[in-house]
Amino acid sequence: MSAEIETWVDEHGDALYSYALSRLRNPASAEDVVQETFLAALRSQDRYTGKSSPRTWLIGILKHKIVDLIRKESREQSAEEIENMVEPEELFFDRKGHWRIKPVDWQVHPGKILEQKEFMAVLLQCLEHLPDRLHRLFVLRELEDMGSEEICKDLEITSTNLWVMLYRARMRLRGCLTENWFGGEPC
Amino acid sequence: MLTCKEVSKLVSESLEHPLPFRQRMGVRLHLMMCSMCRAYQKQTLLLRAAMRTYARHEPSEPLSEQARQRIKNALKTDGK
Repeated sequence: MSAEIETWVDEHGDALYSYALSRLRNPASAEDVVQETFLAALRSQDRYTGKSSPRTWLIGILKHKIVDLIRKESREQSAEEIENMVEPEELFFDRKGHWRIKPVDWQVHPGKILEQKEFMAVLLQCLEHLPDRLHRLFVLRELEDMGSEEICKDLEITSTNLWVMLYRARMRLRGCLTENWFGGEPC
Repeated sequence: MLTCKEVSKLVSESLEHPLPFRQRMGVRLHLMMCSMCRAYQKQTLLLRAAMRTYARHEPSEPLSEQARQRIKNALKTDGK
């Protein structure tokens, strides 16, 4: 039976790897979770009923592996990663809470821009630059579409904390998109 | 009156949970008067839509040949 799983590596390996890489950013970690996924599939293949496609089934396993790893990493994260980081709210606002770097009107049609490969590529680059901690939370929330409550429970953080982190991630990303895609000059 | 900084936080938070009435009204009032915060809100919503789009269309990154072989070997060892 392992022969069948082996052909799955050829058929679905790339898809699983892409999926993992977009969520974990690190190629070595992505390869690891893909390997774990295939091993888990091998061990539990009698539970695969064939109701869903093999890929859907594998992605389901992979999602669990990714969330497990993110949970683990978020526990192990070093304190130094958090300090020496200018928080975006300090960067974008003055002391009175007025915009220091004003948001420019992107003047885009949402439906059209999302079809543009170039825009997505810039978004990807911006995601690359998010600090690890923010990236992990942002991925769970926006790519894995996990609910706030679930993330808080999983990562053992308060909802207030999660909301601040997501806010910072969004602030950074829109700042990065403005700079690199919309070519906005900070004014 | 809420500041732009407070409004920006609340706009992001409103993607996570429904804001209490007072805050919701405060944000709405501020947005009516502040074009910068309106631009910010548009950006934030576009960002969410972009992430949804991105989640559906994975860029294709091939698994390296070494990794593929390693995984197959692991499966062979494990399958015995």
